Amino acid sequence: MMSEARMRTVDYNLYYGSFRALRDVNVNIPVNRITAIIGPSGCGKSSLLRSFNRMNELIPGVRTTGEVFLDGENIFCKDVVELRKKIGMVFQRPNPFPKSVYDNVAYGPRIHGIRDRTILAEIVETSLKSAALWDEVKDDLGKSGLALSGGQQQRLCIARALAIEPEVILMDEPASALDPVATLKIEELMEKLKQKYTIVIVTHNMQQAARVSDFTTFMLTDEQRSGNMIEFGQTTDIFTNPEDSRTEDYISGRFG
Amino acid sequence: MGEEVNRLKLRKLQQTGAFSLLWFTGAVSVLIMLFVVGYVIMKGFAHLTPDFFTTPPRGGLSGEGGISSTIVATVYLVICTLIVATPLGISAGIFLVEYADNLKSRVIKKFVALARFGVETLAGVPSIIFGLFGYALFVTAMHFGFSILSAALAGSCLVIPVIIRTTEEALKAVPDSYRQASLAMGASRWETIRKVVLPSAVNGISTGLILSAGRIVSETAIFYVTLGGSYRTPTSIMSSGRTMALHVYYLAMETRAFDKAMATGAVLVLLIIIINLVINVISRRLSAKTGS
Repeated sequence: MMSEARMRTVDYNLYYGSFRALRDVNVNIPVNRITAIIGPSGCGKSSLLRSFNRMNELIPGVRTTGEVFLDGENIFCKDVVELRKKIGMVFQRPNPFPKSVYDNVAYGPRIHGIRDRTILAEIVETSLKSAALWDEVKDDLGKSGLALSGGQQQRLCIARALAIEPEVILMDEPASALDPVATLKIEELMEKLKQKYTIVIVTHNMQQAARVSDFTTFMLTDEQRSGNMIEFGQTTDIFTNPEDSRTEDYISGRFG
Repeated sequence: MGEEVNRLKLRKLQQTGAFSLLWFTGAVSVLIMLFVVGYVIMKGFAHLTPDFFTTPPRGGLSGEGGISSTIVATVYLVICTLIVATPLGISAGIFLVEYADNLKSRVIKKFVALARFGVETLAGVPSIIFGLFGYALFVTAMHFGFSILSAALAGSCLVIPVIIRTTEEALKAVPDSYRQASLAMGASRWETIRKVVLPSAVNGISTGLILSAGRIVSETAIFYVTLGGSYRTPTSIMSSGRTMALHVYYLAMETRAFDKAMATGAVLVLLIIIINLVINVISRRLSAKTGS
């Protein structure tokens, strides 16, 4: 059962200078589902994730070939500001700005031109509620984002990403710096968020991929150390009945 | 067995010796500082009356009067210099850290490398060279004469490298994850710099500005040849004047009022101590904020 694709890559290649980090990647990101990208370190998971919002372009010497589509539009033909407005990102380490909780969440909307205080306050409240952080911070929105616990900081970052009302949320190992309790909260949150958003998550943790995702992409490096997409499918199939023997080897813990 | 015990003793002895030496040198440097500061303050203390701060020097060989006009000139000069140097220095620092490293063109990269080299060289040039340059260009060629304006322009050349360096350091200390988060939300590079990077770096940058103020307060040679030496209170940026440091120089070399030079010196030393304390407080707050 494949649903419609929100994002799609076609023969996508990524080069860092002369090094080919991704080779001919063809992947679909289904609408309102959680898609996990798994694979051993250095297989290009994050490079692929950062291709969806063109964050790789910040690194000097990066070159790409092939295409990436968002809602059928080639993202390389779009203005990068427009693109990133539609695609929120959550990073590996919680990275709230050294500003108040309120200003962290209001940052995106302000950048995109919202000045009205009542509208901003509304966006901040909805975003914090969606990120399951509202109840913990509502009494002191002026508190510095850095004063929150690690798990709260990561949910603040999710709220900050939600505030620009994206269609897609990219998560780069969002729980790898968190303890198990905070991790569980993030996972529960993702489950809720997928009703409104399309989520792509890179994770090292296979149990996490199995728990939270609907679809899984398995990646592996070839002899030239370039990242290849080995298999893509429903998470249940990938984990119980993989087509490729390499996927099975990785999932059963034979390497990686 | 015995040999091993002896070796251990020797190693301990070496350590004791090294530590004693380090303690001694540390103590000597502190003592030298205390001696200089103490001597200046003690010699000048007798003159540190309210009158000393509120009356202008009367000139002449005997060095009568106080230092009020030199305080005004010092403050005036510091403000004017920072007005010129701050925007230039901070902008150049931002350019070098936030833009230059991301540029692709080879020609521009060469230019940036040259600019960096220039900044480092300028930071090491003796201040009198800036003074001569200021004398030739601002005082003479541009007809600004001996004035606060000439001195502020020459002083800017002196402190701009300081401001650039501290701005660079402050910007580099801002975690890249802030920039990434901002850019990923669709902010432009400039919005990211203005709304996230600069506010995070503001403490570090102000340290550079205070450091520059301290430099202006304590320099003499450069202002000797650009500010002139009038002991009257400056009334406009075209007025000549005399900073406190210059006044110390004049008192010591051209009058018999050596004790008044010491008193003015004491005021200067106290001012510099205060400036350094302010910098310490700011940097402590900075490290508390970033948690490093």
